[in-house]
Formats: sequence, structure tokens, C-alpha cells
Amino acid sequence: MGSRTPLYDSHIDANARIVDFGGWDMPLHYGSQKEEHHAVRQNAGVFDVSHMTIVDLAGPRVREFLRFLLANDVARLQAYGKALYTSMLNADGGVIDDLIVYFMADTAYRLVVNASTREKDLAWIRKQATPFDVTVTERAELAMVAVQGPNARQLAAPLIDADYRDAALALKPFNGMQAGDVFIARTGYTGEDGFEICMPAADAPAFWTQLLAAGIAPCGLGARDTLRLEAAMNLYGSDMDESTSPLEAGLEWTVAWEPADRDFIGRAPLEKLRNSPDRQRFVGLLLEDKGVLRNHQKVVVDGIGEGEITSGGYSPTMDKSIALARVPAGDYDAAKVEVRGKLLNVRIVKTPFVRNGQVRIEI
Amino acid sequence: MTELPGDLLYTDEHEWLRQEEDGSVTIGITDHAQAALGDLVYVELPDVGEEVDAGGEMAVVESVKAASDVYAPIAGEILEVNEDLADDPETINSDPYGDGWIVRMQPSDDLDEDALMTPDAYQQFLDELED
Repeated sequence: MGSRTPLYDSHIDANARIVDFGGWDMPLHYGSQKEEHHAVRQNAGVFDVSHMTIVDLAGPRVREFLRFLLANDVARLQAYGKALYTSMLNADGGVIDDLIVYFMADTAYRLVVNASTREKDLAWIRKQATPFDVTVTERAELAMVAVQGPNARQLAAPLIDADYRDAALALKPFNGMQAGDVFIARTGYTGEDGFEICMPAADAPAFWTQLLAAGIAPCGLGARDTLRLEAAMNLYGSDMDESTSPLEAGLEWTVAWEPADRDFIGRAPLEKLRNSPDRQRFVGLLLEDKGVLRNHQKVVVDGIGEGEITSGGYSPTMDKSIALARVPAGDYDAAKVEVRGKLLNVRIVKTPFVRNGQVRIEI
Repeated sequence: MTELPGDLLYTDEHEWLRQEEDGSVTIGITDHAQAALGDLVYVELPDVGEEVDAGGEMAVVESVKAASDVYAPIAGEILEVNEDLADDPETINSDPYGDGWIVRMQPSDDLDEDALMTPDAYQQFLDELED
């Protein structure tokens, strides 16, 4: 038996197929992964993301610490509640994890990091925090759900404490707020609008039941993966890891190069790679033949070299197969992928594939 | 779980076989198999006329999750493939024992019923998997 979130019994009640996910017993789907995917693109769905790790940081020097720890720059966060997506690098410029950081107060920030990287992340953060006298507190007692879809905020709003409801609905994208003992943010991992909501574990099952009663579909990790792939959002461990530079994983936009004198961990190797002619591309692929692209399949670029699919699968929105891939440097817009000994044609496309319910590429 | 059709034989790879009156054998995957795979999105079928060995790769079914080989439960020649699966692979999810059939084969040898499971035996096999 793996670790269980406060919503485990709720998943069983909703007929979830449970799978192991990094040591956690999590719902894969509740009947049909495709229908859950469509529910999020067209209406609203809810995911249990309580397995993710919430870490609160506090201390007078916490901002200085985070400007050293993270590749993106928390100085960009000017207002309380504002969120920033970033990678956390090792000294070689490899990605230890990707995470969201929230600006909670002048001396307090909140990080949400991946479940699969929990232990190494906490060890790394604690080690780096010591000279800055920053306290690192894991908030394992909090549950978290992601309510996602074009109608998600409106459907969830009546369940938010009336004192905070209007403010919650007025949140701009990538902003959050404390609402009593609940933290609400307009963030997500699907390419749709929605909220991510942290609350005391004991309150989570009743909240979940109310969300379902409001017409929001329970959605599992399966749909979460196809939704994030269509939105071209990276998955740690598939699209990047400690041996990967964020510059070769489509994450350059999360690296704050300016101010040039900010010394963050991993900066020097990134600077070296930044203008290298050998720097690999990280691209979206659309399969033009029949079949399904999968992780680790080989990408062949005629006359140039080979790359690899880091995340591949079926897109329910497009009824096509798509992938993210790391491929050799060069100017080309087509390639082939080896699937069971055959070379299938793929087109290189600009990501995201889908955002806010709309297909964004030509198919 | 739906009741197992009584006129079929089953394998421990979760395939079913139906002996047709003309001596051919129709093959598909069981309800248990489709449920475990999840929503099917692509089926790769063999060529008609192809000779397959027992235990050899015969087809590939791909779900939203993963690709899975379908192994030939018996040796023989492929007489017919279910072309409708090219456009509607999810038929295997909705009707695994009917319209979701995969291939029809001419067996090289008489069907060895001892090597296959009756509905009762397959049900028991499934029950043991659950334990």
C-alpha cells in the first residue's frame, strides 16, 4: 500500500481505478480518461493534487534566498499572492525540479513542488537555506485540489466562503489569496482557466463532495497527463531531470537572465549553453501518419541527427497523436519517429497544441 | 463486470476465441483486458494472408495510456481483419465480444481446447487475479 491523500476514500466511492504514482495510491481515471479530458476542456473537472508537496519558507532574508535558489527571479513578484513558475537547478545547471512560488508576505513565500521529488527537494532547499537563516516548513497537513475548465471558477465559487468569494473570482491569472484557512490561486496544469485550492486535510472530503454535486467531473492522473501534454506543460522526470538544462527543455522563459549580476545556482553553465550552436531544440511534434507517439521513441532528422520524444501520447481534443521532443540543433520543420521498426512522419509545430479549449496548431 | 459469453474460449492473455461453423476462429480481447487498457485510440492490424505462429505478435492495441501487443493464441493464417477498428478503435471498449472483434483466422491445426479456458475456468482465473 502506498501513501494515501485525504481524498482516497472519496476516489474509491467514485469508482476510481487506483494506480501507484511515485509511492502514492492515486486515481488514474473514474471510468473514461477521454471523457474526463473533454470535461475539463468543455466544462469543469477536479483533480486531487494533495500528493504534491507544499513548502512554506519564512525569514527576513527569504527573498534574497529565493533569488539565489531559483532560476526565475522572485523580485518579479510585486504584489502579495502573485505566483511565478520556475525551475530549481543544481550547480551543473540541471533541473532538480520545477515548481510554483507564491509571494505570501514580505518575509514569507510558499513553494509547491512535485510529489516524486519531495525528499531530494526538501533536502536541497534546507541545505541551501541554512546560511540565509530561512525556516523551511513542509505543510503535509494541507490537501490540495485543482478545479479546471472554462466553467470551473463559476461552478466552484458558491463553495467558497462568502466573505472571500468576490475577491476569489476577481483573482487574475497566476494570482492567489488566503481565504481564512484556505488558499485559493488561479493556476493549473491543464491549459484551462481554474483554481488550485489548498485546505486543511479534514475539510477536503466534504469540499470534494460539494464540487462533484456542483457538476464538476472527478478527473484522474490520466486526463491530467493528456491535458498538460496538449498545453505543452512540462512533466518533471519525463521532459527534464537533473541531467537536462532548462534551455533544452523548453524552459528558457522561466530563466530570468536580468539583472545580469544576480547569481543564482546553475547560472554559469546556463550562460555557456545559451548561445551554443549545439544547443538542442525542444519542440512539439504532430504525427501525420496513423499511430501513437510515446515517450522515449527515437526522432530521426535526415542529414542532421537523432533526438528523443520526452512526452508522447494521444490528444483527445485533436484526435491525433502529439509529442514533446528534444531534437538536434538545426533549421528544419519535419522529422521521422521510429515506432516498432517503422519510420512515421511528424511535423514540428509551435506549442501549445491546445489552450483554453482551442486547438492552436494547424492539423 | 459483465457476464462472460458462454460460447467462447479464453486465454490467460485475456483473449477470446470463437469457433465458427466454417472452421475459422474469430479472436478478440476480453472485457477485463479492455477495462485494464482504458480508452483505446489506435489498433494496428496484421495483413490478410499473413501466417502467424502461436504466441507470436498479431496486433497492437494502443490506449491513451500505452501500447500493448496482442499475441496470436493459435497458429494459422489471417483470413480477415476488423477494418472498422481503424476509425473506431473504441468499439473494443464498448463491445469487446461483438463488434470489437480483431481478426478471423484459419487455424493450422485443430483447436486444442485443453490449452484454452472455458468461461467458468476463465472466470475463476479472473477471480484469482483479484485476490
